[in-house]
Amino acid sequence: MNYNWNWHIYWELSPDGQGTYFHSLLVGLGWTLATALAAWIIALVLGSVLGVMRTTPSKWAVRFGNAYVELFRNIPLLVQMFLWYFVLPEVVPRAIGTWIKQMPPPWGAYVPAVLCLGFFTAARVSEQVRAGIQSLPRGQGMAGTALGLTLSQTYRFVLLPMAYRIILPPLTSEFMNIIKNSSVALTIGLVELTAAARSMQEFSFQVFEAFTAATTIYILVNVVVVFGMRHIERKVSVPGFIGKQVEVPAGH
Amino acid sequence: MLGEFDFNVIERSIGYLFREGMTFTLTLTALAITGGIVFGTLLAMMRLSSFKPLSVVAGAYVNLMRSVPLVLVIFWFYFLVPYIGAWIVRSPQPIQVGAFYSSVITFTLFEAAYYCEIMRAGIQSVSRGQVSAGYALGLNYWQTMGKIVLPQAFRNMLPILLTQSIILFQDTSLVYVLSITDFLGAAAKVAQRDGRLVEMYLFAALVYFIICFVGSLLVKQLQRKIAIVR
Repeated sequence: MNYNWNWHIYWELSPDGQGTYFHSLLVGLGWTLATALAAWIIALVLGSVLGVMRTTPSKWAVRFGNAYVELFRNIPLLVQMFLWYFVLPEVVPRAIGTWIKQMPPPWGAYVPAVLCLGFFTAARVSEQVRAGIQSLPRGQGMAGTALGLTLSQTYRFVLLPMAYRIILPPLTSEFMNIIKNSSVALTIGLVELTAAARSMQEFSFQVFEAFTAATTIYILVNVVVVFGMRHIERKVSVPGFIGKQVEVPAGH
Repeated sequence: MLGEFDFNVIERSIGYLFREGMTFTLTLTALAITGGIVFGTLLAMMRLSSFKPLSVVAGAYVNLMRSVPLVLVIFWFYFLVPYIGAWIVRSPQPIQVGAFYSSVITFTLFEAAYYCEIMRAGIQSVSRGQVSAGYALGLNYWQTMGKIVLPQAFRNMLPILLTQSIILFQDTSLVYVLSITDFLGAAAKVAQRDGRLVEMYLFAALVYFIICFVGSLLVKQLQRKIAIVR
């Protein structure tokens, strides 16, 4: 192979004038995490609400939840990204559309990316929340009713505390997915980790060094998340209760 | 606004979208599903092997692929495949592979990691006694796997394999980052040429939605049909 390896490239100055290539990669990592965390908050809140709706006795709530999940699961993430970035400013009233389009960079790409990832992942989180609630014995909900709790109290004090503990492992992998999926935001111009590696490759011509660095950083993030979540799992586990194994879902 | 919608642009480009774009998307999907399931099954067998080095290598491969975003993997292989090709045919220069083969190789190798996890669960869902029974009948490893374990594993996992394949179909849209003319790439090209982003992207979303929604309905139906009453 005729490839000129140059592992010192990370410490050379990048043409963006901010510092070394290594520094640019770290800034990229920062944007990846900022995007993923903000989107995760949306996904967790909205996904929980939708997941709960889909287990309530109300037929309309179930239908709405199901429709949401079908809509967001059956359109590719990249297409959804384009819809949020290119299409949304055009179909809202003109004043709002202009305001969106005039957001200064990088917020012009960051905000749509966060919304897109948040709403997309909410559909997947809601599947997990629903599965978690439905994996509990039916008697638990009935016991709540028998104790005189209202429906919302039953969810708050009986069903959800247990359901969240059961679905912690699949939620961990959803969180990993949101970090990985944030790389799709490079198509709308957000310079996150993958985009930073790509621009390093374009400026320095050191293809494999750039991608090796990005890959290593993703793996490190992965390891940190997995260990962190394991710690949380141990901390919140209820003694004597082993969570049911929730099925391996297909993933991106 | 909706009143300014120009449906004409879709009508004008629909032939191009499906002839060029959808053909590419579907060919890539079909090849990647076939390759991915074959390689994924082999990986699953390696992961479950009692020969340690094999299971360690397969495990490392699967974990590596699953912790890196697909977009990054697409870039990796786009630049790596010419060098690997050159190394295989002993050419001094990186060889020209072309965007199509590069993306087929990428998706096969990437999705194999996901298919591997599904097939591993499938193989483990077949009871141990069946394997022992196979060996007791004098079958060797490949016969036991090919005639007893894998057919049942496939049957048990068919719905999840198909769901993963629908996801693969959606994921092929990411070849956009290599400026390839897949379905979305074709839509994007028309959108930018005619300045009709809203119509083209909404139409692309609609087409993807219909295909994937019908696909997932069929999977659900199949699931009911082949479910084994235990």
